[in-house]
Amino acid sequence: MSAPASPSASPPPAGRAVIVETLPRVKTDFLPVLLPLGLALAALPLVGNASTWVTLTVAALAMGMMIYLVASGLTLVFGLMDVLNFGHGAFIAIGAYIALTVLGPLSGWVQADSLGLNLSALGLAALAAMIGTGLLGWAFERLIIMPVYGQHLKQILITMGGLIVAEQMIHVIWGGDQKAMALPTALRGAFVFGDIALEKFRLLAVAVGLVVFAVMMLVLNRSKIGLLIRAGVENAEMVEALGYRIRRLFVGVFIVGSGLAGLGGVMWALYRETLTAAIGGDLMVLVFIVIIVGGLGSVGGCFLGSVLVALLANYTAFLVPKVALASNILLMVAILMWRPQGLYPVAKR
Amino acid sequence: MAEDLLRLEGVHTHIGQYHILQGVDLALPRGGITVLLGRNGAGKTTTLRTIMGLWKPSAGTIGFDGRAIGGLPTPDIARAGIAYVPETMAVFADLTVRENMVLAARDAPLDGARLDWIFRLFPALKKFWQVPAGVLSGGQKQMLAIARAIAEPRTLLLIDEPTKGIAPAIIEAMIGAFDELKRETTILLVEQNFRFAASLGDRVAVMDDGRVVHRGAMADLVADEALQARLLGLSLDTHQ
Ligand SMILES: Nc1ncnc2c1ncn2[C@@H]1O[C@H](COP(=O)(O)OP(=O)(O)OP(=O)(O)O)[C@@H](O)[C@H]1O
Ligand SMILES: [Mg+2]
Repeated sequence: MSAPASPSASPPPAGRAVIVETLPRVKTDFLPVLLPLGLALAALPLVGNASTWVTLTVAALAMGMMIYLVASGLTLVFGLMDVLNFGHGAFIAIGAYIALTVLGPLSGWVQADSLGLNLSALGLAALAAMIGTGLLGWAFERLIIMPVYGQHLKQILITMGGLIVAEQMIHVIWGGDQKAMALPTALRGAFVFGDIALEKFRLLAVAVGLVVFAVMMLVLNRSKIGLLIRAGVENAEMVEALGYRIRRLFVGVFIVGSGLAGLGGVMWALYRETLTAAIGGDLMVLVFIVIIVGGLGSVGGCFLGSVLVALLANYTAFLVPKVALASNILLMVAILMWRPQGLYPVAKR
Repeated sequence: MAEDLLRLEGVHTHIGQYHILQGVDLALPRGGITVLLGRNGAGKTTTLRTIMGLWKPSAGTIGFDGRAIGGLPTPDIARAGIAYVPETMAVFADLTVRENMVLAARDAPLDGARLDWIFRLFPALKKFWQVPAGVLSGGQKQMLAIARAIAEPRTLLLIDEPTKGIAPAIIEAMIGAFDELKRETTILLVEQNFRFAASLGDRVAVMDDGRVVHRGAMADLVADEALQARLLGLSLDTHQ
């Protein structure tokens, strides 16, 4: 932008008061970022053994990324249109089953001793899962969500109903028995450094999560669509008054969010190496905790919350297995007492 | 006289079960500033929101620039050429001043010459260009809200109480800006600060209880203190 005269250099118009304006201080809020770091450090002496701690931490980071993949779409869906979608978990299972179906005929590539072929098979399966769940998300939005805009109780009931129907459909299409989801050859096992073992698939999961997060932040901060999404989360009405159709934006976010949940489902099934129609259930409890902890509508908060919740879940599962889930509910309560709107509250009108 | 730019005829608006607008008749010719006055709760904001499509009229017609816009979705009304500065300002707090303006320029990328003009009207915006709008002062947010409405030329601006809670020095600066704005566009301004309204308004409409109870030239109302007292009571000057 070329701007010859700075405003302070031009004389104030006659008769008007000169208003002295100081640059407001923009405070960057890093405090929440310290939480997962602090938690990881605090866990080290409790776990006692450095290599166990590394294993737990990497496992937690991988799990955190999968939670994030599922949660990021859900938090934006809520932020944009106040839609509570309890059916989101369906896309986890459906994504995983689509991947299973695609990997079947590709078993040659999956079992080949070649990282390239392995990743191609996984890539194709993940792509199919994302497209499939994205399209289903589009249908889900039209048929189930659209009729109940603005009515929370109905949203809860009908989206839960949608979840049940989806699980039954999975039983019909793929059968009710538990399926095995084999990791491709090159992703089995671990890289070993001394007595530290880093499982390959977990590292891949962390990488995928980080890439998705980076792309999402880039889109939200640098593109006009992204700015509209952020603006819409703050004040959807004003976005409409500027002449943009918030519903189109919402449908787009819903489709992408469903696709990402599908991707999360593929990763989650590979992580557990088994698959049932109810596979989304365990993850969804954590997902809901994460979007509340992170601040409804906040993608950054969602990312941080995912890491935090997954770390806590993994450390407690190792140290005091009985309280693993309870510990995360306690975490949610503690964070809401500290910041009632979550770690990174979104400025809602 | 040429056809009116905006014309409301017998407009009723219900919010939930409440019957708020009860037959609003209002006409704005092209150009100039029409001030909408009225005591608290008279229905001024509801009138602007109804024009903007943020409430749907339950009866009556709204004509704008030769077409009926009553009941259209808000984005379509905006694209017909109406910009809205709400009472709450509604700047996007997480977005920078620049990003707020980028979104306001919906038809094309921000135009440099126009931006320079806006910076001349509101120098603070240039200074705070890269600052999140949430940290601006109330007056600066108001300037941004107005700047957003004029990021591209619009046919009609709806502006709701821009002086509410704003420091007197900024109000002075705002008068200058509005004087310049009304040369390029038509403005419907809701205002409770009578001095501000009187110094800017060409025409005036007064609302009470969900209806327009007086229409005329601002100069006539300014000259007639008895009329002021009857229409506006004492509430106006206490509001600022
Ligand atoms: N969302 C709402 N729900 C119910 N009633 C409302 C709502 N918004 C406004 N009203 C009522 O409608 C009436 C008109 O309100 P409106 O905001 O249009 O008045 P106004 O003239 O803009 O007043 P003010 O000067 O206080 O801004 C008031 O009685 C108000 O209580
Ligand atoms: Mg009002």
